[in-house]
Amino acid sequence: MSETALLADIAARGYAHPDVLVTTEWVAQNLKNPNVRIVESNEDSLLYPAFHVPGAVEVNWALDLNDTIRRDYVDRSGFEKLMSKIGVTRNTTVVFYGDKNNWWACYAFWVFQLFGHTNAKVMDGGRLKWEKEKRPTTREVPSYPASSYTAPERDDSRIRAFRDEVVTHMRAHKKMVDVRSPQEFTGERTHMAEYPQEGVLRGGHIPGAKNVPWARAANPEDGTFKDATGLRAIYEKEIGLKPEDDVIAYCRIGERSSHTWFVLTYLLGYKRVRNYDGSWTEWGNAVGMPIERP
Amino acid sequence: MSGSASAGGADALPAPLAAVVAEFEGADRGMRTEMLIEYADQFESVPATVASRPYPESARAPRCESEAFVFATDRPDGTLDLWFAVENPQGLSAKAWGAILKHTLAGMPLEQVARVPQDTIFKIFGRDISMGKGQGLIGMLEVVQHEARRRLQRRGGSRPG
Repeated sequence: MSETALLADIAARGYAHPDVLVTTEWVAQNLKNPNVRIVESNEDSLLYPAFHVPGAVEVNWALDLNDTIRRDYVDRSGFEKLMSKIGVTRNTTVVFYGDKNNWWACYAFWVFQLFGHTNAKVMDGGRLKWEKEKRPTTREVPSYPASSYTAPERDDSRIRAFRDEVVTHMRAHKKMVDVRSPQEFTGERTHMAEYPQEGVLRGGHIPGAKNVPWARAANPEDGTFKDATGLRAIYEKEIGLKPEDDVIAYCRIGERSSHTWFVLTYLLGYKRVRNYDGSWTEWGNAVGMPIERP
Repeated sequence: MSGSASAGGADALPAPLAAVVAEFEGADRGMRTEMLIEYADQFESVPATVASRPYPESARAPRCESEAFVFATDRPDGTLDLWFAVENPQGLSAKAWGAILKHTLAGMPLEQVARVPQDTIFKIFGRDISMGKGQGLIGMLEVVQHEARRRLQRRGGSRPG
């Protein structure tokens, strides 16, 4: 089957950058392609050891992408070590997939973009679709020869937002998407009123933010992304975003919002979207930050 | 005190849970993962005789992205039977934790169940689980403890901390 045929389904969905997605069938046809590295990234660390796509390596959010001391991502040296460990060069096409609509796959993808590894794609539908299609899986953990990888310094300026930048953004009444659940957005307590909210001292959202739960961008039955028309109906008709907007997305720790960042940036072609990874665990715990509750 | 006897007073971990914690404390990351996968394999979803879909929101574990639901039924001796549903088929950690909670807290004295420290989760799952995952697993434990506390308060007996 030709490359075009393998990706026809994605090409038909009207995305701004369809080349950033591949189908499960494309992955199946490229399992032994030495220029492709399949990377599984999950929230649930039990999934990869339980079984995974043959030849796939795991990139673990906590162990591989996070600084072990500070709340931050690895630096250039840490990223280079990771890439060497999984046998990736600057020319390797990295294809991410993972659990739950590829949320952590998008998170890993986003971190890779901080280091400019643009030769990266996401397997549409992720682990769920692969499993549903009964494609082959294995528990065997592959090993690849260590590569030599030279990364640029991490660039936090383009697609990452820090708290003070979010404050400036908020004061300028620019667009923000809070991708958490409606209950988190409103700050209402969960059903057990006698328990304080764990992890965050204050509930609510950043003033001016609009709420679009991240998973609305995906089709629940197989985890694939909705087509461009469906996505525009959500982000443009419902909350009034425009492709030329300067947008910040946030959630609780930045993983769900990286999914929305991916959707707005690559599927809808927005030019200026940043992920506020400090998100609500920073904002809702910091002293004196403005909070809105509907 | 009702329920099966276990070593220690109300502040002690229920004996079966203490045994599981001890089992995990000596394990390296690989072993820990294998053991958790084995627990996940033992997970059995709540039977229809106890609860059926749509599950009530009151049973939903807060902050659990794997959509776990927790149900408690009363045993004749005043302790609890525990039942779980995990709606996300890929929620292996939630399934493993549900299996452990059922295996170690069902039939245990309510006072002990109500006092299980949240830190127990990290002794079993390790410290490298994500913040969201940790919060979801804590949420499952909270519902179990809420059920135990509710019964203790109704009973008007001891005041759990």
